[in-house]
Formats: sequence, structure tokens, C-alpha cells
Amino acid sequence: MNTDTKSGGAGGRTREVVLAAVRGFVLALAMLPVAVLVFTLAVVSIATIPIGIGIVTTPYVLGGVRDFADVRRRLAAEWCGVRIPSAYRPIPPDANPWARCFGMLRDPQVRRDLRWLLVDMTAGYLTALLPAVLLLYPFEGFAVAAGLWRVLADGQTYWYGFVPVTDQPTALGAGATAAVLLVAAYRLAPRLLLVHFRLTRAVLGADQGELAERVRVLTETRRDAVDTSAAELRRIERDLHDGAQARLVAMGMDLGTIELLLDKDPEQAKRLITQARRNSVEALEELRDLVRGIHPPVLAERGLGDAVRALALRLPLPVDVDVELTGRAEAPVESAGYFAVSEVLTNAVKHSGADRIWVDLHHADDMLRITVTDNGRGGAAIGAGSGLAGVERRLGTFDGVLAVSSPEGGPTMVTMEIPCALS
Amino acid sequence: MRVVLAEDLFLLRDGLVRMLEAYGFEIAAAVESGPELARALTELEPDVAVVDVRLPPTHTDEGLQCALRARQDRPGLPVLVLSQHVEQLYARELLADGSGGVGYLLKDRVFDAEQFVDAVRRVAAGGTAMDPQVIQQLLSRQAAGDRPLAQLTPRELEVMELMAQGRSNAAIAGQLVVTERAIAKHTSNIFAKLGLEVSDDDNRRVLAVLAYLDRER
Repeated sequence: MNTDTKSGGAGGRTREVVLAAVRGFVLALAMLPVAVLVFTLAVVSIATIPIGIGIVTTPYVLGGVRDFADVRRRLAAEWCGVRIPSAYRPIPPDANPWARCFGMLRDPQVRRDLRWLLVDMTAGYLTALLPAVLLLYPFEGFAVAAGLWRVLADGQTYWYGFVPVTDQPTALGAGATAAVLLVAAYRLAPRLLLVHFRLTRAVLGADQGELAERVRVLTETRRDAVDTSAAELRRIERDLHDGAQARLVAMGMDLGTIELLLDKDPEQAKRLITQARRNSVEALEELRDLVRGIHPPVLAERGLGDAVRALALRLPLPVDVDVELTGRAEAPVESAGYFAVSEVLTNAVKHSGADRIWVDLHHADDMLRITVTDNGRGGAAIGAGSGLAGVERRLGTFDGVLAVSSPEGGPTMVTMEIPCALS
Repeated sequence: MRVVLAEDLFLLRDGLVRMLEAYGFEIAAAVESGPELARALTELEPDVAVVDVRLPPTHTDEGLQCALRARQDRPGLPVLVLSQHVEQLYARELLADGSGGVGYLLKDRVFDAEQFVDAVRRVAAGGTAMDPQVIQQLLSRQAAGDRPLAQLTPRELEVMELMAQGRSNAAIAGQLVVTERAIAKHTSNIFAKLGLEVSDDDNRRVLAVLAYLDRER
């Protein structure tokens, strides 16, 4: 008789039905006011963005919406085993309110959250309430059949569902309907709650295709990032080993010899001191170059804008640098941006034959845009040994992109975009 | 001569204090952070400040910013900035007010105590001490396609480099082992070729050359 093989008999089934009804009931009663509240708050907050208040409040309200949605995601997994994937875009912890507000509003997952609130207040509410109604309503029917009809139908027609109750036989009809409903509840209640969560998943869940594509891109860029950083570490190790380290060894040896010669041959000792000093200067020089290659000091001290200005001052060509950045990006993004510009500039100096270069850095719509333009002969392409492919890979780690426009005869314009927030 | 010294690395600070004291300077304060430096510069009114570009708490260019602000409040306050790396960008900012009394040197330069102390004295006297690397960078940038510079003889170029670092005619003569008179002749040639106005004032002369080398093309 029991079709559900998971629960251990009729008792288990009854428990399951009651549990589904209680859970649905609690869900409907507790969640509706919250859903209405957060939705209203969200609408009000977004509406006040033009006058400024919303910019500060919206991130908090949307955070609340997210928490509310997360509770439902958890319940869906615990109660019915329905997994609802979420795909919120990360917001940097130190982003300013402006970036935070619009970053969140642009997030498709946040938009899905808001759409879901509307559905949850209506269809979601009904589907959650249905198991409880289906389970409780039959008991009224039985009560009606047992004699309650005398009170309720006092001289007029009382409708139990679609059954008009006026006397005992019709009351018995209501009782029969109630019995049918109870059987239906017994069969359907747990599945109705499942319907509720499936509905939630349909509206709230992130698109699987979108997620799969994201995973593919992340896997690829992560591999690139690991490869690049491993290669970088190898290069640094080699440079230290052959450079500064070797020089320090030489200095140590010289100092030992000087100690020996100090009394016997002061002239020779003096010569060695000069040599040791030269070695120390050169070791410092090499360390300085190495540091510049790892993380340029100006970048650490001043950020991307001034680092690119300082870089431009080191080039043999006049470079016009135009910077419009209101804050600083995160260190890894700054570093990626810097080395990308550096590589593109080196390319332009080496291959383009240009006599003037323009660099433009600005940040808008959560996007760092860098363009490097030269008046050279053009013909640059990603690949073709230009190093631009490497830049493209590096930027990929940050979801950044690179585009090259370089018709034969010039000019060449390289555009890079990295999504990021400024602090 | 009273010196305020700002350097966050203990070993270097200690070494500098000892070196400067050995050469007869009085250390008014040796501090290790930006806020302390700012306070020392306003309260102690030193004759010269020797400042590391990078200082706590931010470990960015706090020292440089402090020095620039102090020079805004007290124009011409002599400041010698030390750094692990030199950037034209920073040199330009230090020279921007055109009032002299500015130095910008690599930390390596302290290896040669005589020359370093000479630089401190020069800056304290309102002169200039630019790191040879800054001058090299400026030259290599201007050299390509600058006709007046191309007209300089190798010897004149050499003299100009030393002059741009802030050395006096006497010091340049000493280093190149020639008479001061010969240097004076070279410098007037240089000024004629670059089309700069000749000035008797040593420092104005240096600033003119630096401005020439750092101009936009």
C-alpha cells in the first residue's frame, strides 16, 4: 500500500506528510512577511539611489535579500534535497559604496533574487501553504459530517469546498469529499513541498550553462596563472643565484683575503677593498632591477597611475600619459595592469617605429580601461611573437581582455579592460 | 649643523647617525615614521632633513610626501631624500618649486661617506644633489633627437652631468683633474650651446640645466 520505499511503513509516511504540512505552513507564515518587507525595502532603497541615500542603503538591503534567499537555499537542501546553485559576483571588501551598490545591482544573481521575491510572495506562498491546507481541511469536513453542519449551515447553505451542505446527507457528502482530500494529502503533501522548492530553484537558481562556462574559463585562467607564477619564481631564483648571491660570496671571499693581507700587503688589500665595494654596489643594482621586475617600487608607493608615469619617463620616446583613476585597485590587479602596459609599451618602442605614444588609463563602470596608442607602422597582432598573447593570458586571470587594432600603416591601438573596483 | 633624520630600518638609521656625527653634524632627531618626521620638521626647525622615501605606517612614499609638505609650509627647507630606487617622477616633484635646497640620492651613495656628507652640506646650503642615475636617465631620454645636446663635446657632456648633479665648479675640476678655469669655460660653452641664460648663482645654474633636461619634447 505504501508507495514510498524510503520511509519505513505507514507510520513513517504519516510523519512525512505531517512534517511536510508543518514545514510548508511555517514557511508560508514566517516567510511571507519577511519577503514583503525586504522587497519593499529593496524597491524603496533602489528608488532613492538618484538622491544618494540609496547608494549607501542598497548594498545592505540587497545583502539582506541574499541572506533571506540563502536561508531558503539551505532549507531546500535540508528538507527536500533540492540544491539551488548560487553565483554571486564577488565584491571587494574595501570597495566604496558607489562601486558596491552598482556592482551588486549589475549582478544577474541579485536580479534573480529580486525577481524571486515577487514569485515567492505569490506562487511560492500558495505552494508552501497547500500541503497544510490539504491536510487540515479534511478534518473540518469530518467535523461537518459529524454534526458541525447544524451550526454552520444554520438555515442557509454552507459550502464545504464545492459541496453545498444543507442537511445530514449533504454533510456526509462533505465528509466523503474530505476523505478523498485526506487521501490526496497523504499522497501529495511531501511532493507539493518539493514543488515549492523546485519553483524556487527555477526562479532563484543560477543557470547551469552559465556556471559551466564560468568554471571552464576559471580552470583555464587558473592554470595560466599557476604556470606564469611558477615561471616567474624560477626566473627570480635563477637571477638571485647567479647575481646578488654570487656577488655576496665574492665579497665574503675578498673580505677574508683582505684580513690576511692587511698587514703583509696593504696596497693589495686596498685594491681588494675597492673591488669588494664595487661588488656590493653591483649586487644592489641587480637586486634593484630584480625588485622592479617583481613589483615596481613606484607601484607600491603610488599606485598604477604614477607607476605608469614613471615607466613612461624611462622610455626613450615621448609618451603622453593620461590618468583618470579616483582610487587604487587591488594590488594584484594593479600589478597585472602595470606589467601589461609595460609589455605593450616595450613592444611599441621595439617594433612599431613610432615616435610618439599615448597611454590612457581610466576607470568607469567597474572597469579599468587602458589604451596604448602609437603612431607607428601598424601590423601588430596577438601572437606573431609580439608578446601580446602573454599579456592576454595574464589579464585573463582577472577576467581582463585585450584587443588590438593595428591596420597596416598604423596607427596601433591596444585596449585592455580589467573588471575591478577602486578603493 | 642640526639634522633631522628619518629612516625606518634600524641598522641604516644607526649607521647614518654615527656617520653624520663623525663629520660634526648634530642629530636633532632620528625618527622612524612619517608622523614623527612631520612633527620633528615643524617643531625642531632643523638646518637639513635626511629622509627615506618609504616610511611607516603606510610604507608608501610617506617620507617624500612629508618632505614636500614641510617645504610647502617652509619654502626652501633643505631636504635630502634617500631611496632604494630613483625615479624621475619623484625628482621632478622635488624640484618643482624651483627653490633649491633639494637632494635626491640612492641609498647606495652612503657607501662613499665623503661624497655623501658633501651632498648633505650642499643641500643644507641651499644647493642641489641629484643622483647620477637621475641625470643619466634624463640624458638618455633627451639624447635621442635633441640637437643642442648633440652639439656638446664628450668633455662638455661630462661636465654637464656633474653640474646637473649639483657639483660646484671647484668640485667638478677636482674630480676631472683640471683647473677651475677650464671648467668655467666648459660651462659657459654648455650654456651657449643649449641657449640657456648664464647665471653667476651656482644653484640657479643647476636648476636651469635640470629644467632643460627634464623639459617635455
